[in-house]
Order: sequence, then C-alpha cells, then structure tokens
Amino acid sequence: MIASLGPYADFIALSYGAAALAAFGLTLWVVLDHRRLKQTLMALEAQGLTRRSARAAARLAPETGLEAKLETQA
Amino acid sequence: MPLADLANPTRFLAFAGRLIPWLAGLTVVLFAGGLALVIRSPADYLQGETVRIMYIHVPAAWLSMLTYAIMAVSALGTLVWRHPLADVAARAAAPIGATFTALALVTGSLWGRPMWGTYWEWDARLTSVLVLFIMYLGLIALWRTIEDPTRGARAAAILILVGSVNLPIIKFSVDWWNTLHQPASVFRIDGPTIDVTMLLPLAAMALAFTALLATLHLAAMRNEILRRRIRALGLTAAGAAR
Repeated sequence: MIASLGPYADFIALSYGAAALAAFGLTLWVVLDHRRLKQTLMALEAQGLTRRSARAAARLAPETGLEAKLETQA
Repeated sequence: MPLADLANPTRFLAFAGRLIPWLAGLTVVLFAGGLALVIRSPADYLQGETVRIMYIHVPAAWLSMLTYAIMAVSALGTLVWRHPLADVAARAAAPIGATFTALALVTGSLWGRPMWGTYWEWDARLTSVLVLFIMYLGLIALWRTIEDPTRGARAAAILILVGSVNLPIIKFSVDWWNTLHQPASVFRIDGPTIDVTMLLPLAAMALAFTALLATLHLAAMRNEILRRRIRALGLTAAGAAR
C-alpha cells in the first residue's frame, strides 16, 4: 500500500494525469464526433436524401417490410 | 451472427451499437481493478515509488505497437481482399494509436528524468518509438489530404505496410543496439523477470488499456462509417443539383 509517493511524486502524478487526459480526451472525441455525425445524417435524411440501399428497401417495403428492419438496424 | 456478416457496414453498425456499452463497462471495471492493484503494489528496491509510472508507460507502449499491427492487418485487408471495413478500421485506429504512442513517450520521459537523469536520449528504442509516432501523424495527414476514400485507402495501406518494418525494430532495438532503455523483462523466452507483486498490476493495467482500445476503436469505426455515409449523401445531393 502507498504511504507516500516519495521525492518524485510530481513525476508520478504528471504521468497518471497524462494517462487520464489521454483516456478522457479520446472518449470525449468519439462521443462528440458520434453525436455530431448522427445529427448531420438526420438533417440530410430530413431533406429527403437517402442511401441507394435504403431507397431499394423502400421500394420493396410494401411487400417485405424490409425498410423497417433496415431502419432499426441502422 | 457469422463473422462474415460483419463485412456489411449496416450489420456492423448494429453489432457495434450492442457491443460498445458492454465493452465500456468492462473497461471501467478493469481500470478500477488495475488501479486497486497498483495502489497495493510495493515500491521497487531500486526505482522506489517511481516504478508506478511503469504501470502506465508499459501498457501504452504495448498498445502503440498493437494498434499499428491492427492497422497493418487492415492494410492487407484493403490491398488484398478489398474488405469494405478494412480502411475504416485502419483510419479509425490511427488517432488512438498516435495518442497511446504520445502517452508512452511522455510517461517514458517522466520516468527517465528521475531514473536516468534525462528526459530524452537518442537511443534506438526511444528514437524508433518517436518514428512510430511520426508515422501515425503522417498517415492521419495523408487520409485528410486525399479526398477520395478509395484512393486514400490504397495510398495509406501501402504506407502502413512499409511502416510496419518499424515494429520489429522497436521490439528488438534493445537487443540489436547498446541502448539506455532496459531489455525486455516480460515477454522473454525464459519467462518474466519481474516479481509477481509487480507483474500482476502490470498485467491488470495492460488488460484495462486493451479493453479501452477495443471500445474506442469500435466507436471510432462506427463514426467513420457514418462519416462516409454523410459524404456519399452529400455527393448524391450535389449530383442531383446539377
């Protein structure tokens, strides 16, 4: 068990601080990027823009219900 | 779900969406366990408490190389099998690998100052890891420079495979050259030379960092697929507007 970090406590604290910064920084990057991309994609889809596969699914939808299935997957 | 089904980006997105929360939870648990072991571990007879920097530095250094190895396998996937997710995997891994490499360099310097008396030394291990970091930055710049993802994927895949020569150089640099950096003490033919009281927290932290890499990589791949969808929709809109 740690009683004291000794004469080089600053170096140890800085190392763990850098690791925490890297882990939280990367996590924040992927989370914020995901949120921004989802919003952009939804805005484009709201304008009526869809992917080729989604359009093909929409044509088949009345017979197969494939569109609904693809939407839930995406 | 058969593994081949994950080649379909839509199925991959669904799979990633289900797996990411579980992986994130596992990462938190593993870090909690790893840090508890670090706190309970003894000081080293030579390094004193400074040995605790090793529980971050060593996993970060391992993962900097593992991430590049993942990118090298993905580069093969791009060039040989033209797998739809191969370039996505490589591109998503690069910023994570660059961060782990930077962390290994920074924590190594912070350990080196009190132990070696210097933050930096141009020895083979340190220099080859610095080259790895520059390779990561170069690849990220290359992907950003070439707008067409197909052309960018091929150029990056070739550069990744050329750069993978650096991985054995990093690993064996301490054996091939007379370096200030100590030789391997965990992955050795005759077994680890570290005492079990230090090996356990090191292994636990390495596992936690690996779980973090898996979580972040999967999440970054999901983002990259969405980014490509947005680009494709933008091109469709531009084509329709003409």
